[in-house]
Amino acid sequence: MPVENPRILTKNYGTPQSWTIDAYERSGGYSALRKALTMEPAKLVEEVKAANLRGRGGAGFPAGMKWGFLKPVPGKPNYIAVNADEGEPGTIKDRTLMELDPHRCVEGFIIAALALDVHSVYCYIRGELVLAIRRMEEAVREARRKGYLGDKVLGKDFKLDIVIHAGAGAYICGEETSLLNSLEGLRGEPRLKPPFPAVVGAFGAPTIVNNLETLATVPTIIEMGGDNFSKLSRLHDMKDGGVRLYGVSGHVNRPGVYEAPVGITLRELIEDLGGGVRKGRKLKAVIPGGSSTPVLREQDLVNAPDPKHPLHRWHGKSHLDVPMGVDTMRGLGTMLGTCCAIVMDDTTSMVRAAENLMLFYAHESCGQCTPCREGCAWMARLCTKFANGTATRQDLDTLLDVANNIMGNTICALGDGAAMPMLGILKLFRHEFEAAIGHEQPSWGGVNA
Amino acid sequence: MAFELTPDRKAILDELLPRYPTKQALTIPLLHICQEQNGHINEDVIAYVAKTLGISTADVQGVVTFYTLFMQKKVGRNVIWVCRTLSCELAGAREITHCLEKKLGVHCGETTKDGEFTLLKAECLAACAGGPMIQLNDRYYENLTPEKLDEILDEARKRRDDKVKGAFSPVGILANPGSK
Repeated sequence: MPVENPRILTKNYGTPQSWTIDAYERSGGYSALRKALTMEPAKLVEEVKAANLRGRGGAGFPAGMKWGFLKPVPGKPNYIAVNADEGEPGTIKDRTLMELDPHRCVEGFIIAALALDVHSVYCYIRGELVLAIRRMEEAVREARRKGYLGDKVLGKDFKLDIVIHAGAGAYICGEETSLLNSLEGLRGEPRLKPPFPAVVGAFGAPTIVNNLETLATVPTIIEMGGDNFSKLSRLHDMKDGGVRLYGVSGHVNRPGVYEAPVGITLRELIEDLGGGVRKGRKLKAVIPGGSSTPVLREQDLVNAPDPKHPLHRWHGKSHLDVPMGVDTMRGLGTMLGTCCAIVMDDTTSMVRAAENLMLFYAHESCGQCTPCREGCAWMARLCTKFANGTATRQDLDTLLDVANNIMGNTICALGDGAAMPMLGILKLFRHEFEAAIGHEQPSWGGVNA
Repeated sequence: MAFELTPDRKAILDELLPRYPTKQALTIPLLHICQEQNGHINEDVIAYVAKTLGISTADVQGVVTFYTLFMQKKVGRNVIWVCRTLSCELAGAREITHCLEKKLGVHCGETTKDGEFTLLKAECLAACAGGPMIQLNDRYYENLTPEKLDEILDEARKRRDDKVKGAFSPVGILANPGSK
């Protein structure tokens, strides 16, 4: 049975001029805001909790619970900082929302602001996404002209403005405290936690940092009710609710962004949505949710004979046939991440793939703490040695050692995000690294390869 | 020579200023605006930004060196960022990169002698489903083939207006001086 393809978040994708306020209002846009204006802020938070909305930025933290952490301080404003610094390799979803349906984002920001008593929302978009920045800024202006923003939101005694802020090219600024530093005009170096942003965030004031898709989902939650939204998911019973955007790239026939219920399987994402592995080749490995999430293989089976194990329902099944949820993917030893998979067919050298990723992390490490700054570059250099055939057996041990010594020893998650996929590849594909000792990896990267 | 923003660009800054609780928050937006005017960030620009925002030049320098979009030396009229990260590499980014290097006669990180193109490697640009891809100035070009590159480069060479720059600013569009 092919996977459901609901059109909720992507309702307006493909509509002519879908990014204009006229098109958005024609499709029923801003009606959720009107409904929200009749509700108590606490009720709005309750609906988001009932929706079992897990953060869409990668960590999968329950959004409603995060909202509950906001600690207002007398004399200080509350802020929302929207994380639209989409930069995790493989991740391509927030960009489509901003380019094709910016008003859905704006409406979500406004409802979140009502719920959290926020009067300034800062939307941090990576500087390269010029079209997204333009569309979002135009959407904010249109919304202001129509009275959805300004001194009185739709005539109600509630003042709100949204500031679109352009970054300047740094993956690390997708880390929430680094994003806040960058917003304040500093180098994008992460802060030590605690204090968490909900207590001390942007400009020293309590701040909720949410991923853009998370907030763009809020209008739907208010419109249909949190519980109804949650039930759209196949993992409603695991408190992982609703629909979300999936991405698929790499060696598939139809790479792209697709909407589906939470809890479809990787096989469905690759076969039904992505059109299958290209050229009829065999799948070698798939990175399930952005480059920091460890790879999975088809031949690995779930081993959960204990009925109490959260994955017991899927005991004996391939990892590709386990529904993709925050907790299920964690159970498999990987992470759901951003739900944007990178698919690699059987022609892929996992040594080269690892080298590519480690070069990314070496470039993007902010340099603030030693294990990540030195470790990521070290892992990249070692992977390059394996790729060009100059590595020794000792290098394999060193690579493992370096990765293990980054894990858990850094200020933010970037170091772990580099070590985890490295360890994951070494666990499943150690034989490729052993075979690479003394043998240069075949060249790759051709358009028709 | 001391750097100053032109009045139209100064107006952009003036419109952005009240959006933030501190002046320092304008560091990145102002650097973008200055870079678009000057073509790159040099000591004069850094001094101007520091003075305008009331912060130290060291703070500004720290920001300039942290972010990849800030150019610390002169770049070509067009800047090509070619994505090298995994999804694009799986789709052929290496071939596209070699092709660009050959067609332009420069390596990544260099500018052509005629000053037309600077070629730079980029890390993931959030266009993985369209790999291989490049960003040419402020625009994305996806699903590239060597043949498509010829067309794109020709078009960029022929373009004579000064509106699109290699040192583009994503911030100019954030303000519309004079209108609310």
